[in-house]
Amino acid sequence: MTAAGLRDDARHPHAGAAPSGDMGPGLRGDGGKGPSGTLFRRIPGGRFLVGLPPYLWLGLFFALPFLIVLKISLAETQIGIPPYKPLLDWAQAGVLEVRLNLGNYRTLLTDDLYVLAYLNSLKIAAVSTLLCLLIGYPMAYGIARSSDRHRNALLMLVVLPFWTSFLIRVYAWMGILKTEGLLNAFLLWTGVIHEPLQILETDLAVYIGIVYSYLPFMVLPLYATLEKMDRSLLEAAWDLGCRPFRAFLSVTLPLSVPGMVAGSMLVFIPAVGEFVIPDLLGGPDTLMIAKILWSEFFDNRDWPVASAIAVAMLVALVAPIMIFQHFQKRATE
Amino acid sequence: MAETIISIDAVSKSFGSFAAVNRLSLSIHRGEFFSLLGASGCGKTTLLRMLAGLEQPSEGRIVIDGTDMTGVPPYLRPVNMMFQSYALFPHMTVEQNVAFGLRQEGWPKDRIRDKVQEMLDLVQMAPFGRRKPAQLSGGQRQRVALARSLAKEPKVLLLDEPLAALDKKLREQTRLELVKIQHRVGITFIMVTHDQEEAMTMSSRIAVMKAGSIEQIGAPVEIYEYPASIFVADFIGAANMFEGSISRHHDSQVMVACPDLGRDVAVTHAPPLPVGAAVKVMVRPEKLLLSRDEPGAQMNWLRGRIGDMAYLGGLSAYHIELASGLSVQATQANLKHVDGGGPSSGDEVYVAWHPANAVVLVQ
Repeated sequence: MTAAGLRDDARHPHAGAAPSGDMGPGLRGDGGKGPSGTLFRRIPGGRFLVGLPPYLWLGLFFALPFLIVLKISLAETQIGIPPYKPLLDWAQAGVLEVRLNLGNYRTLLTDDLYVLAYLNSLKIAAVSTLLCLLIGYPMAYGIARSSDRHRNALLMLVVLPFWTSFLIRVYAWMGILKTEGLLNAFLLWTGVIHEPLQILETDLAVYIGIVYSYLPFMVLPLYATLEKMDRSLLEAAWDLGCRPFRAFLSVTLPLSVPGMVAGSMLVFIPAVGEFVIPDLLGGPDTLMIAKILWSEFFDNRDWPVASAIAVAMLVALVAPIMIFQHFQKRATE
Repeated sequence: MAETIISIDAVSKSFGSFAAVNRLSLSIHRGEFFSLLGASGCGKTTLLRMLAGLEQPSEGRIVIDGTDMTGVPPYLRPVNMMFQSYALFPHMTVEQNVAFGLRQEGWPKDRIRDKVQEMLDLVQMAPFGRRKPAQLSGGQRQRVALARSLAKEPKVLLLDEPLAALDKKLREQTRLELVKIQHRVGITFIMVTHDQEEAMTMSSRIAVMKAGSIEQIGAPVEIYEYPASIFVADFIGAANMFEGSISRHHDSQVMVACPDLGRDVAVTHAPPLPVGAAVKVMVRPEKLLLSRDEPGAQMNWLRGRIGDMAYLGGLSAYHIELASGLSVQATQANLKHVDGGGPSSGDEVYVAWHPANAVVLVQ
């Protein structure tokens, strides 16, 4: 009451001079800007409302599940349903016991299996990203330089595989790569080889699968960067005595770095956690962190260790990316 | 006759069925400031790009300083271009941009540094060497682009609408500055522009282009005072044109019968034409004299009534309506204070011009 009263008193001196001073408090702040104010500025708190859905979405479908996973990762295993002990326990009347079990994380560090699987995942993802970049760059460059008439058709071809289920496409690769598959049949027919090659169930098959599946995610951002690049920059380089290949190296390539970074992120991050491709195309000795996670969860029913793997993977992926972005931001300033 | 540095010999360029440049021949002299002037789509930029090697002619040949440049790629030509968009490399600093061409030549580092410094001093951009293009204003970017294209000391500098991206005031200042820089470096400049005022104030010679061909080549004075065609007369400055036909030759003058004026008009400058040829008589508005008294016998004159008039400060512009319904534009310098005394709206006046101040153009 007192605060409102004070504010009313403060307004009084102006009320006589400007009749608009009598406007309600709701109108003063937002509606006072007149007809030029945008729709959302007219609704009190409109800006906040517009920003809400993404936060709500993130909170509900990312932060909350992640906290549950984090909770499980700190629990102890038990045989039962659920297969882990609660963190909070009323041990005696009035005493709340919090039991945080860091042993799951220690297991990750002490048992070689997890570290090796994680490093191997990083390696496979990094090599696949590099291969995608090497294959995708010329593709994106070719599409960006093609005539208007062909460009849309070519882009369509890049996106076309998405119209078929991812799983079916990976199964198709099994048909191509297996010992009596299409590839071996073709190579035997041409006489290049005399006995079938073992490709399926090797790391090579995993690379083929990842590069094939993720190539569009590399091509599209690269295309977007290359397409909007001002062609007169290249002409200026030629005009200043630069031969076409050097002009590519000193103008086109550095200016397409943002597209290369965006494409590499889109390939590298999901490739590290890729499960379907190594499971279907890889062999039993293809060590990837997502396969380990799967077997901890379903084969061993060790939810806490599986959760700890998930949390560790997230931290290990997010940290380098944040560091990288920090440096990139500083470079562009 | 000045020495020729570029000779363009019957050059054509077609894009599909569209002929952007059509059997065009032209020679450009060493050290001159030459302008290609024309409306958009007249082929002037295509011609400039062919000089740079960014387009190859469909027919004909281009010789630069005695060497046939047909088929020679842009990176081997002794010319440099300043692009309309400036085309500064956004990921390089001002210094790196200016040094780019010198690095391609493999100059030693210290010589590059000195040359870059010299060029930045020339365009007064020395304090901005470490900046990126995005941190510069439009005028500063234009200077950097100029410094970059001059750094290699090309035999010819090609400028594609160099002032088009600047605002009006800066554009006018920069005109003089570009001419000054051209004098200092002594390099042949070839500029493409659609702005006739720009071409007139900066160039030593102008080629007026239309639909892939040259309509007229000459010094700004010639082009303005003695246009060779109706198109040029119309394109450069304002013009009054009267339709007529040649009625007789009289001493050094031609008499033209103009039905709209109801009388014959005497003109000194006319191409050799037979009696009866259909022509237009062109008189610039400022060549017309307005008076209340009948002009002398050697003058051509008409009678009319002043319709609209506009006071422009140094000048006043008048629209004079003739009895035939034709309207004539005239401008008069306001040599004295005009409040009272001067011709004003509704006045009956004589409009007069000397035979030497009109031109006969073939229709």
